[in-house]
Amino acid sequence: MFDVSIKVPGGDKITIPHFPIDMIASNERAKSFTTRSIKKDSKMDALLLATSMVDLTTLEGMDTPGKVKQLCGKAINPISPEIQQRMSKYDNFREVPKVAAICVYPSMVPYAAEALAGSGVQLASVATAFPAGQLPLDIKVADVKRAVKFGATEIDMVIDRGAFHCGKYQKVFDEIIKVKEACGDAHLKVILETGELKTYDKVRLASWLAMEAGADFIKTSTGKVSPAATMPVTHVMLQAIADYYDYSGKKIGMKPAGGIKTSKQAIHYLCMVNETLGPDWLTPDLFRFGASSLLNDLLKQVFKQVTGQYYYDDMFSLD
Amino acid sequence: MTKKKVIKKKATKKKVAKKASHKISKGMVFEYAPAPESTKVEILPKYGNFIGGKFVAPKSGKYMESRNPATGELITKIALSNASDIDSAVKAARKAYTETWSKLSGMDRGKYLFRIARIIQERSRELAILETMDGGKPIKESRDVDLPLVAQHFFYNAGWADKLDYVMPGKKVKSIGVCGQIIPWNFPLMMAAWKIAPALACGNTIVLKPAEQTSLTALRLAEICKEAGLPDGVVNIVTGAGETGAALVEHKGVNKIAFTGSTDIGKHIARTAGKTDKKLTMELGGKSANIIFADAAIDQAVDGVVNGIYFNQGHVCCAGSRLLVEESVKDIVLKKLQKRMKQIRVGNPLDKNTDLGAINSKEQFDKIKSLVKQGKTEGGEFWQAPCSLPTKGYFFAPCYFVDQSGSASISREEVFGPVLSITTFRTPEEAVIKANDTAYGLAAGVWSEKGSKIHKVAAGLRAGVIWANTYNKFDATSPFGGFKESGYGREGGRHGLLPYLEVR
Repeated sequence: MFDVSIKVPGGDKITIPHFPIDMIASNERAKSFTTRSIKKDSKMDALLLATSMVDLTTLEGMDTPGKVKQLCGKAINPISPEIQQRMSKYDNFREVPKVAAICVYPSMVPYAAEALAGSGVQLASVATAFPAGQLPLDIKVADVKRAVKFGATEIDMVIDRGAFHCGKYQKVFDEIIKVKEACGDAHLKVILETGELKTYDKVRLASWLAMEAGADFIKTSTGKVSPAATMPVTHVMLQAIADYYDYSGKKIGMKPAGGIKTSKQAIHYLCMVNETLGPDWLTPDLFRFGASSLLNDLLKQVFKQVTGQYYYDDMFSLD
Repeated sequence: MTKKKVIKKKATKKKVAKKASHKISKGMVFEYAPAPESTKVEILPKYGNFIGGKFVAPKSGKYMESRNPATGELITKIALSNASDIDSAVKAARKAYTETWSKLSGMDRGKYLFRIARIIQERSRELAILETMDGGKPIKESRDVDLPLVAQHFFYNAGWADKLDYVMPGKKVKSIGVCGQIIPWNFPLMMAAWKIAPALACGNTIVLKPAEQTSLTALRLAEICKEAGLPDGVVNIVTGAGETGAALVEHKGVNKIAFTGSTDIGKHIARTAGKTDKKLTMELGGKSANIIFADAAIDQAVDGVVNGIYFNQGHVCCAGSRLLVEESVKDIVLKKLQKRMKQIRVGNPLDKNTDLGAINSKEQFDKIKSLVKQGKTEGGEFWQAPCSLPTKGYFFAPCYFVDQSGSASISREEVFGPVLSITTFRTPEEAVIKANDTAYGLAAGVWSEKGSKIHKVAAGLRAGVIWANTYNKFDATSPFGGFKESGYGREGGRHGLLPYLEVR
């Protein structure tokens, strides 16, 4: 692979540098974070932080307004008042935060907007012909504009992996630029679909391309392709973000999505962020988990940390 | 140790050109609460020598203290043995060799080795904790690196025991007799395994002298041999200091000496043993080079450098203690290296989150300090990671010198601590010349994404082990050993059996 030259709006050229990644050594480094042992207060902090970083997601063909509204309720009040009260009797009780955002299909945005109004929970919508991204640009842009118009505050777009694989980096770049324009004030998360890019060299290149094109976040996966987020691929993207910060002074966010199901996994991700990007990134403004089942496991562990005992699964609502 | 509140809120630095319909909130300082390994390990108040299948008191009645280098606390006392203890051990080994061990079939010897390997796996947690208490290495290293390799060496060599005819096809091989083995304090149990497993597989019996700083896991291995039902006298373990080792080297009943340790002592042993018909293998010091080319995967190369020199506090004979970096990427490599080094957690070796543990002993601690002090007077720049260190015990923060001359002490002498020397080069030829510019020749690392370059450079390097795009990777199937003042003979793999066999 070589450096890639890209024309930016206005006619100037920039370079997307080729920065090789050794897959074996990179995987090894990512694995090292899984041996971190997070206990006691640190664990409590991590669990609550992770809860506040969840993009609670439903992206199914069978999504309905009812389902989406319920999920919004869960986002605002992850734990029922009864459990909250039970925990509040303990000295080390800490308020369970709201999740960061709800993530839905564009057609569900109006319902979610209504349900989330005034809650402070962000409303993310996948757009740009999610998940394949195989539609013409004008339709992708219209998709985005519509979602924003109906109340989405964050847009999760997919890149054109077909174009990327055949070397049309300019096309991928231009699409992100156009989508970013269409976003207006909404935050843009660019999904690379790393499960389709396969090599880390390509993940690194796509990360840099997206950041140069104006991504506020880069995101691993749609959740529709296996493998979705893994620690190694997330680590590659975190290192790209670190280098991009050194180069431009801009802090870009990171969102691994899909496949993160347990608190233990989430805590290992947080250790990795902590040791790769530093504490500045340990905020929902710069790090998110795209997940759904993770939330209840976090809540279960929070309950355990506070009360010293596990509550059975049914006590945590399944929305 | 009690740590109360582990979270401090910290305002994020200036927002970066983002309009904030999204507020940018504060990040968290995520401190990891102490996570000490809590399992208790039973330790007796004192240990004798393991001779002829029994623990016996040293003839002199003298014992040495064995202390935990991370806390200075006394762990137990171990025998300070003299020539007559060595003599009993050699006699026990000879008896076992003549009467039982040399008469067993390879298959039967293999069974014992397999059994020992399995017991090591079963007791690996206990052994890892003991290793960490005794030597100061982080529990995550003794647990994830040392112990798996210890077991692997026994498993691997167990497999050879009944296949010795294939070590050198077309030749006949035979065991050599009683082997004297002297091992260092940096990988106590692993070095014991590297020595004992091939010797036993080949049909020899053993007198092993562990380092005086770290004898406890070797003594535990003696218990394991007993538990495995190994015939009495096949493995004998005699603890002590320099004179104990000297007595072993000088003993007439020993057929072979295998030594791992410093080059100075190695030379002394070679002189002594040279006057006899003993076979000799030496695994000595090193000043190994890690070479980073501009076309390397830089992030992974930096991880490799960190693993190369700061692994096990730099107490590694093959540590990548010299970094040669292509001048055009020096700045980025240094920047990333500093960033990475700031993430190294130095502290209680028994804490599962510790990356860099305690320096093994006061002597070694003083040696490192004095070499670094001297290094600071010899030009170049010095940088040390700003990490907090425990107030008790021997701890040294990871550091490096950059742009010192090739003649500077830190460039030439084996520090055996977390101290790296960094210089630059311009061409592959120059990299090879600089890498070979040392009295040693144990290992080297080459970092490049260009395969042809790696092969060309590797062919020019005078070192026993060469790693490409990795470092400090060990495997029982792979031979390990040095060139020049790093010693002779190989351990591991098929090569590792040859020093323990007569070939006819």
